[in-house]
Amino acid sequence: MSPEETPTDAVLSVRDLSVSFATRQGVVRAVDGLSFDVGTKEVLGIVGESGSGKSVAMYSMLGLVRDANVSISGSVRFEGREILGLSDTEMQSVRGGEVGMIFQDPMTALTPVYTVGWQIVEQLRAHNDMTKKAAYVRATELLAEVGIPDPKSRVNHYPHEFSGGMRQRVVIAMALSCNPKLLIADEPTTALDVTTQAQILDLMGRLQAIHGSSIVIITHDMGVIAEIAHRVVVMYAGRPAEIGPELDVVRSARHPYTWGLLGAVPRADVKTRRLVTIPGNAVSPLEVPTGCAFAPRCQYRMDICAERPPLRGARDHLDACWLSDEQRLEIRSTVTVRGES
Amino acid sequence: MIALGVLLFMVVVTLLAPLYAHDIAHDNPFASNLQGRIKIGNHYRSVMQANTQGLGLGVTPIGPTWDFSKYFLGADELGRDVFARMLYGGRVTLLIGFSSGLICIVVATVLGMLAGYFGRATDWIISRLLDIVWAFPIYLLAISLSVILVTSGLDLGIIHIGAGSLLLPILIIASVYVPYVARPVRGIVFSLKEREFIQAAIASGASDWHILRKEILPNVAPSVIVFFPLMVALNILTESALSILGIGVQPPQASWGTIINDGLQLLYTRPWVAIGPGVCIVITCVALNILGDGVRDAFDPRAKLRGSI
Amino acid sequence: MLRFIAKRLASAILVMFTISVLVFLIFFATPGVNPASRIAGRTASPAVLRQVSKEFGLNRPLPIRYGLMMYHLFIKQDLTSYVNIGDRIIPQITAAAPITLSLIFGAVVIWLLVGISGGVIAAKNKGKFVDPLVMFFGIAAISIPVYWLGEMVSLVTQGGLHNSIFAWVPNGGYVSLTQNPWQWALHLFFPWLTLASLYAGIYARVLRGELINNMNEDYIRTARAKGLSERRILYRHALRCSLISIVSLFGLDVGVLVGGAALLTEVVFGLQGVGWLTYQGLQNLDLPLIMGCVMYGAFFVVLASAAVDVIYAYIDPRIRVVA
Repeated sequence: MSPEETPTDAVLSVRDLSVSFATRQGVVRAVDGLSFDVGTKEVLGIVGESGSGKSVAMYSMLGLVRDANVSISGSVRFEGREILGLSDTEMQSVRGGEVGMIFQDPMTALTPVYTVGWQIVEQLRAHNDMTKKAAYVRATELLAEVGIPDPKSRVNHYPHEFSGGMRQRVVIAMALSCNPKLLIADEPTTALDVTTQAQILDLMGRLQAIHGSSIVIITHDMGVIAEIAHRVVVMYAGRPAEIGPELDVVRSARHPYTWGLLGAVPRADVKTRRLVTIPGNAVSPLEVPTGCAFAPRCQYRMDICAERPPLRGARDHLDACWLSDEQRLEIRSTVTVRGES
Repeated sequence: MIALGVLLFMVVVTLLAPLYAHDIAHDNPFASNLQGRIKIGNHYRSVMQANTQGLGLGVTPIGPTWDFSKYFLGADELGRDVFARMLYGGRVTLLIGFSSGLICIVVATVLGMLAGYFGRATDWIISRLLDIVWAFPIYLLAISLSVILVTSGLDLGIIHIGAGSLLLPILIIASVYVPYVARPVRGIVFSLKEREFIQAAIASGASDWHILRKEILPNVAPSVIVFFPLMVALNILTESALSILGIGVQPPQASWGTIINDGLQLLYTRPWVAIGPGVCIVITCVALNILGDGVRDAFDPRAKLRGSI
Repeated sequence: MLRFIAKRLASAILVMFTISVLVFLIFFATPGVNPASRIAGRTASPAVLRQVSKEFGLNRPLPIRYGLMMYHLFIKQDLTSYVNIGDRIIPQITAAAPITLSLIFGAVVIWLLVGISGGVIAAKNKGKFVDPLVMFFGIAAISIPVYWLGEMVSLVTQGGLHNSIFAWVPNGGYVSLTQNPWQWALHLFFPWLTLASLYAGIYARVLRGELINNMNEDYIRTARAKGLSERRILYRHALRCSLISIVSLFGLDVGVLVGGAALLTEVVFGLQGVGWLTYQGLQNLDLPLIMGCVMYGAFFVVLASAAVDVIYAYIDPRIRVVA
């Protein structure tokens, strides 16, 4: 799929999304020209460093950015319907009802003074015409679905009575409660320990298959992408660096930044002397260069990189880099990706 | 910022009180002036006029002349210039407010730091002390202490404070509010103690004294500084309450509170005697509170993040 | 939970005891002062002084004196004033209590309504014009000396405008609720407003701060993502959490007021409640009366403080588990 076509079965279709904030120090372009599609039952991973704009992009789509100084442009179509520019009241039926969200820190994601059952019921009744009793029954079912033991009594427990991993399961249950077509997960496993991480990702994968929803998962961890994503969007400085099917991107990444990300993944089975890192620091959103955003840190930069590269490529694997395929082949033969010395 | 300006104005004006009294109004705000006469326009009028209302008993002081050069707000029951007295009274009130505020903050910070830092026994003793003082409803404690001490002075062998000394209200008001500040300070020090940089300092062998001074104090300071304007406002209000009750500042000294007290007898005939100082208190305290808010917002790093996701 | 309550009560009793000792020391053991003349008042005769000395065991050691005082106060309940000879203290206090309670009741209702709505309005319209306006009123309210405000209110309602707009305002005093409800409310109307103003200001400011802080919490973001209306989020989620922190403030404020802290308001408006009684005692240096009132007041503060801790544990589920 090229950016110009809009596939008819895309659940989410984003074109040229740009989000900027007017601050005292100048205009901050948190997201700059982001375009991608999410198909039905597809898991799309959005990966990038902190500050790459990945969270802002998704929040702004749903009207969760409450800053008065924000300006959002572009097109976001959810199930064919343009949702950018909808009034807050109209968005309220989309949020929670058709799009579910999971956030990063499960410890603070739930209101401390209400039971988890009450909070799930609240969402159910906001979008469906249900009696309280029916809603509580459904809530208990959902808790069971996400693997919380003894759901009948736990449904009346307060958030602080659950561990971090359990709380995240509750959040997932809540997000899926109204059978949304799309689930957005913002770093859902970052705050959890590794074992729990694996469990949660596994759970999400299973639930997705059962409910048939699409997932957009935001993360900085390529490992998570490799685990459950079908397709990947690599973001840098608010701009898309590379987009494509997960296998393609991981095996034959095109953008130097992606190379850096992949190389930065420590591997237990390969002996390396040092962890590979991407040189330099993440660019400040105030000082994004006019040309390729990654150029200052890129060891392969050329003169033409002073001009911003367009997002292009063959079939469904796109990249925003001036390197030609021949140049890439040459680089690949001299350098091994993944830190194997 | 306006608040700061208003406050400074108040302070400056009251400091200039003597200037005003001697050069402009040409009268002594502390001496009774029952027989005096002043010139208004082209006639002379008595400062204390015969009471033409009611039964014709007694005399009524002159009302506001709205003339800066004399008896701007009129006279009180002893013929004294209310406005000039108000300016003098302002000095006393502000002095009490600031000094007891300062003393309170210093003592409370020290106690809070000691309790928070040394913990265990020190903390227990100090906390119990704070609890006791705090358990007393503030008014009751201040009033009780004042009743006893203010009328007869404090005589503890070496320490001798006269009955009319301003030091008494200052100390009483300061001590009553110490727990109010000490508790939060103690809480802050507690959480600071757990932070890595304190652990590091201890581990590197720094002395307690050094740590307290160099590491803890600078971190406690911002919160304490925020308290200061608010404490001054509270103390001014407490002082005026005590003075209105007669157990604050004692005559012959005047403060805004005592002037209000004097003015209450004349409330329905010459209301300005009571209105004037009250308005001063309100303006000063509003300025202090706004200032306090401003200081707090300036120190609060989160304030800038409000309004985004 | 029960253990928590028991512990709390025990420490409350300990504090009460300490306060009683302190009060005793302040009034009886201040160096350089003759306790007998203090109790008997300024104008006592030598015979009264001797009687006082005997009755209060002023020749005995301090602890015995303390014991006697407590005995008279609590057990025999026959502590009498020496200024108004023979008037018993305890009945005076109990007669005055309903008046104070009436005053507080109305004031509480008003200040909660005004304060909470003020805080909510300011928080909802954060940054717009209404917000600083409400906050300014809040600051003004807490900067006004209550006594002075009461006098100003009286000045307006009883002074020049008494014959026109404010003719309906009674000239102070109290009418019991059981006697005549309408008059009861009428007499208390301006006292309610006066007393409520200070607290309304405080509560509006505190609530606004809490609300704004809570609106930035993660769980609010989750609530939005659930598709709830802003209105529901503000009232059901943010406000509910903010009110928790108001509870402890509220409990203490009410406790202190019931104990007689509203004395200035009572005096201004001629309401003979406990605060007024305390004031009378202070004016006349009627020490037994002052002792009684202070103990009464301290009792309520301590009780309120303990009650607040218990209620807090009840409404904030997080604390319940810890307790």
